[in-house]
Amino acid sequence: MKILVCMKQVPQKDAPLKLNESGTWIREDVSYEVNEPDAYALEEALRQKEKHGGEVVVITAGPARSQQVLREALAKGADRAIHLEDPAFVGLDAINTARAFAAAIKDEKFDLIFTGLQSDDYGYAQTGVILAELLGWPHATIIMQIEKADGGIRVKRELEAGYFQFVDMPLPAVLTIQSGINKLRYATLIGIKQAKNKPLRKVALAEVQDALSPNLLKLERLYVPQKTKNTEVLQGSAGEIAKKLTEKLRNEVRVL
Amino acid sequence: MAIKFRGVDFIEFDSLLSDDERLVRDTARKFIEDNLIPIIEQCNREGRFPRELVKPMAELGFYGASLKGYGCAGMSNVEYGLVMQEMERGDSGVRSFVSVQSALCMYPIYAFGSEEQKQKWLPAMQKGEKLGCFGLTEPDFGSNPGGMRTRAQKTGKEYVLNGEKMWITSGSIADVAVIWAKNEEEDDNIRGFLVETDRPGFRAADVHGKWSLRASVTSSLSLQDVRIPECNLLPKSGGLKSPLMCLNQARYGIAWGAVGAAMACYDCALQYAQFRKQFHDQPIASHQLVQEKLVWMINEITKGQLLVLQVGRLKDQERAGHQHISMAKRNNVWMALECARMARDILGANGIADEYPIFRHMANLESVKTYEGTHDIHTLIIGSNITGLDAF
Repeated sequence: MKILVCMKQVPQKDAPLKLNESGTWIREDVSYEVNEPDAYALEEALRQKEKHGGEVVVITAGPARSQQVLREALAKGADRAIHLEDPAFVGLDAINTARAFAAAIKDEKFDLIFTGLQSDDYGYAQTGVILAELLGWPHATIIMQIEKADGGIRVKRELEAGYFQFVDMPLPAVLTIQSGINKLRYATLIGIKQAKNKPLRKVALAEVQDALSPNLLKLERLYVPQKTKNTEVLQGSAGEIAKKLTEKLRNEVRVL
Repeated sequence: MAIKFRGVDFIEFDSLLSDDERLVRDTARKFIEDNLIPIIEQCNREGRFPRELVKPMAELGFYGASLKGYGCAGMSNVEYGLVMQEMERGDSGVRSFVSVQSALCMYPIYAFGSEEQKQKWLPAMQKGEKLGCFGLTEPDFGSNPGGMRTRAQKTGKEYVLNGEKMWITSGSIADVAVIWAKNEEEDDNIRGFLVETDRPGFRAADVHGKWSLRASVTSSLSLQDVRIPECNLLPKSGGLKSPLMCLNQARYGIAWGAVGAAMACYDCALQYAQFRKQFHDQPIASHQLVQEKLVWMINEITKGQLLVLQVGRLKDQERAGHQHISMAKRNNVWMALECARMARDILGANGIADEYPIFRHMANLESVKTYEGTHDIHTLIIGSNITGLDAF
């Protein structure tokens, strides 16, 4: 099976974040890491390849720094990488990100495309689904298990309240992978060395520009929630105070 | 209060590293965080070497990481050093185990061994299937290894080894010991011998009651008429220079490792000082005396990082002299021990409990300060280099 894994570089989960000067996003000088659900998507792709053979290709869209995500994937065992390299991919809306991916892989023939369920920074959970729509492929989300079946695959989706859904799908297909589907491997030191010799294709923004439309995402303002403190003294008889208090606990504080 | 290591980088040190170097460091850091940190305090308490980590560390390529071929990763010296840093951020004892396996056992086989010896041992040691130890120090000869009493006598096609070795990391868990002995047929020239530890006459006894490096095995070795085939001689070893070359490899790793231990102590003390409140409900980090300690620590850690990185860059260009490595080992272990002591002060009573890693690092670093060339011996090595006069 030939599998493409879409990956994203996101700010480290426990990194202290600072707002940028215009207050529209965070400052660039933060530590970055692989988006966690994407790491699981990569792991699942590598396991499928180990079971059924084939090729694992990784793709990301972002500035030069995001190449680290691809290097790590290559070190873990991906065969080659595609880097849509431009700072303009930061903060791009989901449909244009999907369009850019679709344009960059138009000459490739994949059996499966994996994305993480969602990104840890913007959290849209849209890019994979839209990519499937653009390609005209079926898709399934929140995937917990993938088995090869006659003429396609059988996947297990996580629903709410502990329920699962099993879906039979034809190939090619797009799957968005849930964190925890498997146990992540570490890159090995020898893998890191070998990654240097694996192909990494860079795609400039200009090469996919024709497929894109204006970015419809605009962050107006980002701010740290303000802590507020409000003291109110309830007046009246004991009965009235009790009545007001239960109302407030029920309707304002919502603890009753 | 759980304190999670956040890394230490005051002057954008990371910008001096390549992408691969950072990836190696981050991989080792994650492995240690996931696998060693959760168990190390218990191992230390019980005086237990975490043997369950031998294979996982092998799978990542930690043994003989800087050697080329034989399944080894062929890391640069800087990359190897960064792995050592992360290991010792976890624990000096576990780092010592990896140092001994890599720098003191695989390296001499790699550098002085025959092709047959390399084929026999290196791939198995890289995979963690075979463990090694290094027998140089003796009960009466530490800083002056040239005085050793262990002897090798040639009889027919065998060597017969007799002697005692002391303070041998991994002694009782090793499958093979690199034993340094005076070879009688060569006018007492010091040679290296590979001694399989199951040979009759070879005994290893663990040192108990250690206050330091409790998560690694330390043994004494006794060799009584141990017979080994002549092909177990390391053919390219010759003179005291050979074991000293091994020590140079190990000391280089220690210089990086000490930075890791210092980082662990500093980061823990910093987070504690920001959290712990005394006087007027203010964090103790707002006190001038506490700030002075934290600043001293980050200052020395930063200098130590730059020093060992430069020695690593020199080593990658084959321009690192033993005096350079001595300076890095001497400075960095000293500063790490000072950092551990200051961090323990900042934590007050909490500094002595193993809920925090500081006292363990401090006790470990007491060993690290005097093994692989004591602090004072490195002073004399550097002194000899700059004055041209030996003061041993």
